[in-house]
Amino acid sequence: MCLAFAQDFGVVTACNRGKDMAAEPGEGAFVAFEHVQKSYDGETLVVKDLNLSIGKGEFLTMLGPSGSGKTTCLMMLAGFETATHGEIRLAGRPINNIPPHKRGIGMVFQNYALFPHMTVAENLAFPLEVRKMSRAERDAKVKRALDMVQMGAFGGRRPAQLSGGQQQRIALARALVFDPALVLMDEPLGALDKQLREHMQYEIKHLHESLGITVVYVTHDQSEALTMSDRVAVFNDGVIQQLADPPTLYERPDNSFVAQFIGENNKLHGRVTAIDNGRARVKLDDAAGEVNAMAVCCGAAGEQTMLSIRPERVIVGAGPEQNALAARVDELIYLGDHIRCRMNVAGRDDFIVKIPNSSAHAALRVGVETNVGWLTEDCRALDAA
Amino acid sequence: MSEANAPMLAADGRPLKKSLQRALRAQKLRALLLIAPLLLFILLSFLLPIGDMLFRSVENQIVPDTLPDTVKDLSEWDSESGNLPDEATFQALYFDLFLAAEAKQHSRLGSRLNYERPGISSLFRSTGRRLDDLGEQYQDVFAGFDPSWEDAGFWFRLMSAQGDDDAARDVLGAERNRVAKLTGIDTGGDIGFVPSATMAELLPRTTREYTAFAVYTVKDKNDVVAEEEPWESVYAALGLDLEAADPSAIAAYSGPGAEVLKAAALQAGQLPVIDYRQAMIDIDEGWGQESNWQTLKLYSGEYTNGYLLNAIDMQKTPEGPELKPEKQRIYIKLFLRTMALSLAITFLCFLLGYPIAFLLATLPLRTSNLIMILVLLPFWTSLLVRTASWKILLQQQGIINDLLVWAGIISNSGRLVMINNATGTIIAMTHILLPFMILPLYSVMKTIPPSYMRAARSLGATDWTAFWRVYFPQTVPGMGAGAILVFILSIGYYITPELVGGTSGIFISNRIAYHISTSLNWGLAAALATMLLVVVLALYWIYDKIVGIDNVKLG
Repeated sequence: MCLAFAQDFGVVTACNRGKDMAAEPGEGAFVAFEHVQKSYDGETLVVKDLNLSIGKGEFLTMLGPSGSGKTTCLMMLAGFETATHGEIRLAGRPINNIPPHKRGIGMVFQNYALFPHMTVAENLAFPLEVRKMSRAERDAKVKRALDMVQMGAFGGRRPAQLSGGQQQRIALARALVFDPALVLMDEPLGALDKQLREHMQYEIKHLHESLGITVVYVTHDQSEALTMSDRVAVFNDGVIQQLADPPTLYERPDNSFVAQFIGENNKLHGRVTAIDNGRARVKLDDAAGEVNAMAVCCGAAGEQTMLSIRPERVIVGAGPEQNALAARVDELIYLGDHIRCRMNVAGRDDFIVKIPNSSAHAALRVGVETNVGWLTEDCRALDAA
Repeated sequence: MSEANAPMLAADGRPLKKSLQRALRAQKLRALLLIAPLLLFILLSFLLPIGDMLFRSVENQIVPDTLPDTVKDLSEWDSESGNLPDEATFQALYFDLFLAAEAKQHSRLGSRLNYERPGISSLFRSTGRRLDDLGEQYQDVFAGFDPSWEDAGFWFRLMSAQGDDDAARDVLGAERNRVAKLTGIDTGGDIGFVPSATMAELLPRTTREYTAFAVYTVKDKNDVVAEEEPWESVYAALGLDLEAADPSAIAAYSGPGAEVLKAAALQAGQLPVIDYRQAMIDIDEGWGQESNWQTLKLYSGEYTNGYLLNAIDMQKTPEGPELKPEKQRIYIKLFLRTMALSLAITFLCFLLGYPIAFLLATLPLRTSNLIMILVLLPFWTSLLVRTASWKILLQQQGIINDLLVWAGIISNSGRLVMINNATGTIIAMTHILLPFMILPLYSVMKTIPPSYMRAARSLGATDWTAFWRVYFPQTVPGMGAGAILVFILSIGYYITPELVGGTSGIFISNRIAYHISTSLNWGLAAALATMLLVVVLALYWIYDKIVGIDNVKLG
């Protein structure tokens, strides 16, 4: 049964295997997932053959839509869920059978999970208390942790008397107060408003840098993932679609899911006619023309593919050597620093182009016919999904 | 400066506060109308009956209403002097009791006083039967003086007022009041008789008794005064009046029946001289016992603390309240037992209910729904059926004992007694009240996100520490609500202890029910209920002080 599934998913994961998976579970990894599978009902796998290793001091984000298995992975690491198959190692030690309280992993929850019947200081002292730390040592550590998140004056308050952002800081301090080497964060900023969220992103990042801890961060917000992480693991359907640092992820997505999930993306459908030296010649649907793209994850000649071009890499008024296609301006949206231009290209009316707000493009009007194109390096031929 | 202090004005120039009030008035009125039916219902079906019941625990009007003059005279009697009350008191007792006996109220008073002094009711009953004899002695003599004294019409003419100037309205009013208090009937309106002021001065006692007779005859029996022969007590009053009257005043009288009255006054020496004290003792020797009089004096007020003292095993004595003899103390013991058993039941409910509530709150919906149905199942079956089934299970020839004997755990002769005692009460009531503990616990536990426990465990707490330090404190409000609910329900529980409690497992409420329906001592029942209410309120207050009532959550 298990085997059948693994084979099944082999197809799905064709585009992300052995490529950017630089982190094959190595000996030196601080956290390692090895062939981890998880099923809740014995019929479907929520996590399918997960292999992932996280280096010491790394900030790794698990990014993905809800139901993609990222939180399950985090819970398995924390010890609240058991892996159905496979091994999880922490600092070289298998932890599958170690209960959560002995793993020494700090965790920040989405709803903060501050104990409402304890004061802030008592909340922070809790992990030290259960570690049988002396009172003086406890007080010193609590004070230091509170100062670290600039909440030194709030020790006597109850969580309910704090704002959302303050509660978030306390939750962070509590997860760090007992000096864990690994801290897990489960969408910790999900409940905050946009401005506060961005502020907290920087704060968490700075804490991570100054403390040198390893952080595994779960979120469904791709901008959060790009802002904070050393590396991002993009989850979908129980599988890591791509594991890479933010620039790679954005500029060189491995497959169509990653391309569409991270940032804005223009897609064009077509059929591969030839592959030559890592470059694919693609004949677009609707007989819109033939263009060149980097052959990243397309099949052999004759197979369907999806081209991915970032809106800011599109060249308006391109020449023939720049993969030019006929385009008509459908809509212009003024955004201050740039202009968002929706165009009709190759029979699709959702082709977006970001044009820097300079005098060069002042002539662009709705209904104007022009050419768009791109450098072959900026266009990636991906799976047709 | 002055402008800043001036009231803020609305757009139409009225003060803003008034405008706001006006705008909100309609809303408030509507809200009030919405709750009005409930308010009315609570008032009529809850507050008024409870107030009335509580009032009964101190109310004692029956004694001063039935024996108004006796009670007045008794107030001057020193109950510890060792002497019986004086002659005047006995005379008052005769006249009070005579009217009460005519109105058949004397036995009610007897039953009332019997609660305080067992046996005293027969004194009142037997006295009521034989009061006529005393007056008849006078009646015969007066009839010998002149046959007119046996003529109803003559009496009516003699006693009636001669025009408005002669009307003794105060006497009529007083007697109307006396009869009304005694019988509870409405004595207002015309009775076809107004006593004469001349007579009221000349023969005061006779006038009073005749007027009382007239009021009662018209108002209770619907007879005509002028056609009814007066009661024996009126003759006795006439005898007393003539003995005490000033002969010259009678000689000066010239109204109706003057001849006959003067003749009777002249022959007063032939009237029997009756010692009322001896006469009453002859009727029933109980009147010679000082203790009966002491009881009467102790309970002569309109209000009494006697019932309440009784409810805490004390009694009134001439020396003040004191504890009852050891053997007669039952209520304190019963109160303590009620509280102890209720506490035990509450604790057991908590022990059994907590894990179930925890399961309900943590299991997946499908499973927890099934358990919830099992929890609520007792609510769907009749209380009597459930209690009866416990009887079947627990009795000595019952299923559990049979099983234990069959399994060889106990011998046939050593069958356990689990019913008709405190054990039975605890078992059956724990079962019945369990949902009242589970539901508040469940509703509170439901609101505790599982992430708290996870957080605690990730912070290094073992399962037990996480539960005890993080989960448990958050369920305290539910525990408080459940415990208060179960305790207050069980402290006043009646039906189950009655059925399975035997003698050692009954509650104070069973005693209250006994006094309401069997002994008919409602005053004591009300006093016991009052004490129960006081105990519950006291416990509530203590709970509020220790735990804080804000910490109670029902959901």
